[in-house]
Amino acid sequence: MPENKRIKDKMQEWQDKILKKVLDKNPERKDKFTTGSWLEMDRLSIPESFSEEDYIEKLGFPGDYPFTRGVQPTMYRGRFWTMRQYAGFGTAEESNKRYKYLLSQGQTGLSVAFDLPTQIGYDSDDSHSIGEVGKVGVAIDSLADMEVLFEGIPLDQVSTSMTINAPASVLLAFYIAVAEKQGIPKNKLRGTIQNDILKEYFARGTYIFPPQPSLRLITNIFAYCAAEVPNWNTISISGYHIREAGSTAVQEVAFTLADGIEYVKAAIAAGLSVDQFAGQLSFFFNAHNDLLEEIAKFRAARRIWAKIMKDQFAAKNPKSMMLRFHTQTGGSTLTAQQPDNNIVRVTIQTLAAVLGGTQSLHTNSRDEALGLPTEDAVQIALRTQQIVAHESGVVNSIDPLAGSYVIESLTDKIEEEVWNYLHKIEQLGGMVRAIENGYIQKEIQDAAYKYQQEVESGERVVVGVNRFTVKDEPPREILKVDPALRKVQSEKIARIKKQRDQAVVQDLLKKLGQAAKDEKTNLMPHILEAARAYATLGEICNVLREQFGEYQESIVL
Amino acid sequence: MKRKIRILIAKPGLDGHDRGAKYIARALKDAGYEVIYTGIRQSPEAIAQSAIQEDVDFVGLSLLSGAHNELFPEVVQRLRRQGADNIIVFGGGVIPEEDIPQLEKQGVEAIFTPGTPIKDVIQFITTNEIRLTH
Repeated sequence: MPENKRIKDKMQEWQDKILKKVLDKNPERKDKFTTGSWLEMDRLSIPESFSEEDYIEKLGFPGDYPFTRGVQPTMYRGRFWTMRQYAGFGTAEESNKRYKYLLSQGQTGLSVAFDLPTQIGYDSDDSHSIGEVGKVGVAIDSLADMEVLFEGIPLDQVSTSMTINAPASVLLAFYIAVAEKQGIPKNKLRGTIQNDILKEYFARGTYIFPPQPSLRLITNIFAYCAAEVPNWNTISISGYHIREAGSTAVQEVAFTLADGIEYVKAAIAAGLSVDQFAGQLSFFFNAHNDLLEEIAKFRAARRIWAKIMKDQFAAKNPKSMMLRFHTQTGGSTLTAQQPDNNIVRVTIQTLAAVLGGTQSLHTNSRDEALGLPTEDAVQIALRTQQIVAHESGVVNSIDPLAGSYVIESLTDKIEEEVWNYLHKIEQLGGMVRAIENGYIQKEIQDAAYKYQQEVESGERVVVGVNRFTVKDEPPREILKVDPALRKVQSEKIARIKKQRDQAVVQDLLKKLGQAAKDEKTNLMPHILEAARAYATLGEICNVLREQFGEYQESIVL
Repeated sequence: MKRKIRILIAKPGLDGHDRGAKYIARALKDAGYEVIYTGIRQSPEAIAQSAIQEDVDFVGLSLLSGAHNELFPEVVQRLRRQGADNIIVFGGGVIPEEDIPQLEKQGVEAIFTPGTPIKDVIQFITTNEIRLTH
């Protein structure tokens, strides 16, 4: 690497002659400046080198390896990211109404939030579901609910993302079955299922089965969709929740890519070839307030994944090497105090995602530290994206911050630290092992603890929380879900069980159980059959629980 | 010698947001208390059981999914039914201001909402530990 000796000499001269005098008189605000995740920030970044080789190898061009500058050749000059607000609450009827509202407001894709019983494979009438039905998302018990959820929304014209993990295959089956009823073939469906079980074990909590059968379900989906639903993103490998659990930006990327490596390995072990499924993998990251670090994070993540797919897994198709990702602004950065301030935080985070080259984006509503978002708050959140897209101008040149000394230096630094983690996890025997022995949990918790201690001590300022506070904040309007919903859903389940052909359902469930016993069988077609016959989510998951057992959390404090 | 105050930090319901619960558990431990953490997705029944078995003085419940109105009082009820009404129950999470009076009436003695400094929780424990019988 050619040294930029003249620049460095000049910098030394500047430090001695100009900087020192000022520092002697007026010391800086702190001894050490760091990013939000404690990476040290240079006072002044200078170019490390001017080598052409360096540029070509590390940055390249958009739509070309290593994709540091973006996955598409024209990025937002071609089309904007998909504006996709995560939504769902109460009944399928209420959520359907919210989706239609969002589409009427210019949203370009749907994103379904399911309630916790649905996410953990319990029907609404299960005793585990008490208090939780319809609370953090929509309650879906069977195909009948799904039909209502997408009533009047042609599934060949929207793309739909579903935040569903352990029972992803069941919800995908419901979705396919609804499309069939609308007369839309599987190969016309576009969307994403989250289907990322590993992070559930250490960051999000909606696991059902142990890792091995879970990985089998995931690779079954990869194989099924490669053949039948080719435009579907079969997984959204998620760092979002890792960050929400308190990780640093580096850990977010490292643990997400480590999960990704595990899925690729599992699929290859199941007999798939890498280029057969890797183009359908997608990712999901968080966007926090530390703008420069976040932008660098996204760029680093793309570069590392491209290298992993090319070098470690010998992918040939460039699509297999592209890290395409969704972003959500950081829920944990929202404050319950002075909630209007959250609009500003979300704006910064939106810029981070867009300057980092996201493919789709959810912007949080200002009131989400208080409860479910109201329609007003959701509208401002969506408008924030529209203002950045149409008014800010940052979309008109691709990867506009490339070549900023500090952005490139942070991108390199993050990449280096991520590789350190990836090597460490490899040494521990891979991600499943690293989760089972608590290593990942411990790393995240230590970061979360350190962060919170800094907030407690006031060393880290959170506006409106530990500085610039006000007394007696006015009460806010909060969206409430009807507590009687569980009863409504339970009655609906009873009705469906009466109407369906009971013998057919029992037979299909029995066949599913048998198929689950044989590791070589793809379960997806069996689940789809059961879904079409109005077997409930809980019934299908209980059959699998019986075969696979349930995961027990390893508690790390 | 005075016995150390024992606290159970528990996550009822189905939500997996355990960052707050784990922070509180660790911070209370650092403040010198004996702390036990249940892990996520515990039923009210299992929480009451652990509280009694572990002979704790306080139970801190954490919930962010909105199921607090159903599940917090259920824990108090189960403790009372099993004669453990000396155990002091408090809670935290995403809990609307307007729900708090009703929860307090049902025996959840304090609710700590997002942004509460840990010293407020410690203050609550210190104020209330004199009520403990042993």
